[in-house]
Amino acid sequence: MPLDLLWEAVVFGVLLGCFYAAVSIGLSVSFGLLDVPHVAHPAIMVLGSYCTWMLASRGLDPVLAGVVLMPAFFLLGMAVYRFYFETFEKRGSDAGVRGIAFFFGLALIVEVGLILGFGVDQRMVEAAYIGKSLSIGDMQLPMRTLVVSGVAVLLTLLLTLYMSKTFMGRAIKAVAQDESALRLMGANPVRVKQWAFGIATAVAALSGAMLIVVGPVDPGLDRVYIGRTFAVVVLAGLGSMTGTVAAGLVLGVSESLVLAAPDLGASWAPAVSFALLLIVLGVRPQGLFGR
Amino acid sequence: MRFWIGAGVAVLAAVAMAALVKYEYFFFAGYTVLMFIVLATAWNILGGYAGYVNFGTPAFFGLGAYTAAVIYKATAAPLVLQIAAAALTAGLLGLLAGVLTLRLRGIFFAIATIALTVIMQTVFINWRFAGGATGLQLLRPAPIAPFESYIKMLFVVMALMAVASIALARYIERSWLGRGLRAIRDSEEAAEASGVPTLKLKLFACCVCGALMGAAGAPMPMYLSYIEPESTFNLNYAIGALASPMIGGTATWAGPVIGAFVLSSLQQIITVTISNEMNVLVVGVLLVVFVVAAPEGILGLFKRWLGPSSK
Amino acid sequence: MARPLLEIKGISKHFGGFTALSEVSLEIAAGERFGLIGPNGSGKTTLINCVGGALRNDGGSIVFAGEDVSRLAPYQRARRGIARSFQIPRPFRTMSVLENLQVPLEYLAHRRTLHTADTASEAMQILASMGLADKARTPSNRLSQVELRKLELARAMAAQPRLLISDEAMAGLSGSEVDEVLKILFDLNARGITIIMIEHIMQAVMRFSQRVVCLDAGRIICEAAPAEIVKNQDVQRAYLGA
Repeated sequence: MPLDLLWEAVVFGVLLGCFYAAVSIGLSVSFGLLDVPHVAHPAIMVLGSYCTWMLASRGLDPVLAGVVLMPAFFLLGMAVYRFYFETFEKRGSDAGVRGIAFFFGLALIVEVGLILGFGVDQRMVEAAYIGKSLSIGDMQLPMRTLVVSGVAVLLTLLLTLYMSKTFMGRAIKAVAQDESALRLMGANPVRVKQWAFGIATAVAALSGAMLIVVGPVDPGLDRVYIGRTFAVVVLAGLGSMTGTVAAGLVLGVSESLVLAAPDLGASWAPAVSFALLLIVLGVRPQGLFGR
Repeated sequence: MRFWIGAGVAVLAAVAMAALVKYEYFFFAGYTVLMFIVLATAWNILGGYAGYVNFGTPAFFGLGAYTAAVIYKATAAPLVLQIAAAALTAGLLGLLAGVLTLRLRGIFFAIATIALTVIMQTVFINWRFAGGATGLQLLRPAPIAPFESYIKMLFVVMALMAVASIALARYIERSWLGRGLRAIRDSEEAAEASGVPTLKLKLFACCVCGALMGAAGAPMPMYLSYIEPESTFNLNYAIGALASPMIGGTATWAGPVIGAFVLSSLQQIITVTISNEMNVLVVGVLLVVFVVAAPEGILGLFKRWLGPSSK
Repeated sequence: MARPLLEIKGISKHFGGFTALSEVSLEIAAGERFGLIGPNGSGKTTLINCVGGALRNDGGSIVFAGEDVSRLAPYQRARRGIARSFQIPRPFRTMSVLENLQVPLEYLAHRRTLHTADTASEAMQILASMGLADKARTPSNRLSQVELRKLELARAMAAQPRLLISDEAMAGLSGSEVDEVLKILFDLNARGITIIMIEHIMQAVMRFSQRVVCLDAGRIICEAAPAEIVKNQDVQRAYLGA
């Protein structure tokens, strides 16, 4: 591959990676920290994309729409976690299989619900920054990818600050490591986890908005993103926020390179995240920065 | 003993149907139900007995189907050999999945199976000998006497496979193997302390599950005279294999069978009268409802309805 | 002097920055009744987990009947005769009491003779000796606390071990229940099984043990006969806090 094409693929991969990190942060909290087998996370994200589309059709800027959706999704997340906890985590043995099956069923319901509500065709949004490109040297960087990467970096920063500076944020990190210590501090672990899951779901809403900014969405998109988000979270190491960024970059660049490679290209690209996932699981399951 | 009598009756009934029934659709529906019985039974060995959720039924099923197709294309091998080869490759894939992830928590195994499905599909999309993205046309050989149509023969083959897989599941369930798997599911630590070689047993369950799913996929290319990646690796197989035992009941071999019957029938009715999407929605809702409210499945509800005196 | 059955040679265990065990060494003779005491968090269960194989020790070695078992999986150690009960009972919840016992019988005692062994009746015998015979068909998730503790011990017995580690089998039991469990342990020892008892109930440890070791913050702070260990100042300080 000629050098400038390689370079362009890498740069694009970095931008893509920031995006993947942003869409995976929600899962990093719900699965990485809280150990919830949340295979429905990408489906909720796509739900967020469609809600964004509905708001954007009324003239609202898509990223803003994502932010507007966050409170509602926060409440949704809290409700889902409460239900999950009461039904499964409390009961112990065999809850593992049923818990996983529950989220699988949820993902199915969301995906088919979207098909029934919106049809299988792709939906897109329009904004000032969609369709334009920024020229840097010989490279054309799509504006929308830049915007999304920017939001991603901001989101990661805000979340990391929240986790380290606020009481609730620190409680969330603590509950992942030592529940009994948290109880001694006077905090209720279930409430903390519920709050965290709410945050993760709110983040998923914003991720969904970014999803539809970056490209058209259809109800089946969650299937590709299961691979991407879990690959990022596992590669990062469960519970590591900063690891999510590094892992996102690894995935983004890998996918971009495969996409640009002359013999491989688009028919192999969807498998990259899944292959990466398997490699990480086989070689270093605790990921880069795992606890 | 009653089981074997029942099994014999079932096989004879299948043969009789093949001889007497003229209605084509019957064999199409019947083949599908029997196939899902095999898939659900296989799934339950790993999911119900050992407690490991497999999302990747299409990976094993599809690998089995493609193995059969490729072997047939290359060597015109008979169906029996195709099925054996399919079971072998899919069993090995199961072993691979297990080796990669069974030391970790169950959710990692589950996600790895999703990854395998996508990777398998991608491999076959890009393999020209197997037809690539457009698929492969296959010419069926003549059916083996006394069968007059190949479809009817496949129907009986699938009936035999269903009985065989149920017999295998039943044997595992009642034997020391089943106890070991259940011990692993209930408390892996206590199982190890009681001498159960947990990793080996889990790998065994993975292999058996994969092999049975591959075998179930093997007659597919012959059935359709055609194979292509998108429909072969279809999500519906994953849904059917998982939802059937979870709705029917995971504790014994009968649960997946009941679940497969119920879901296949529902699928036929809803898909034909409303839409395929509605069918998936109904299955999804049923899955969530049963998992939440009736964890022992239809079989469990039945037992409770019959009263505590029944075993 | 016969070789000790179990030799724990300078084992350590770290969890991240936290040191749970620090160079612990012990020797236990065959047929001995050995007591292990220490305040909460002193590393008793960690030590047991290392001996049983649920955890890998970071340094040192564990030698059982002359063989270094430090690298073996728990089921392999079980096959060589190390059995343990769990502090918080872990029955196989979806199985009956009888089936709970059949698992170790099938995977340990009768591993090579599965087709001829009648594990069901042998399991019944063990249950009878523990007073659990009438609960044989009961699902194990319906047992009372003391019955669960007995099931833990019964399961360990079914393994036909040479060494049995009883991890706080009597916690929370009433006086007469403690006596019941103690009697079972004495009977097992009389049959030649070496027993390590971890307990907080001092009177049980005193009555049962021939030798007692006290652990505190991952280290052995005292090793003596039962009568002496209660008088030891370090032990008293460890329990009452500095």
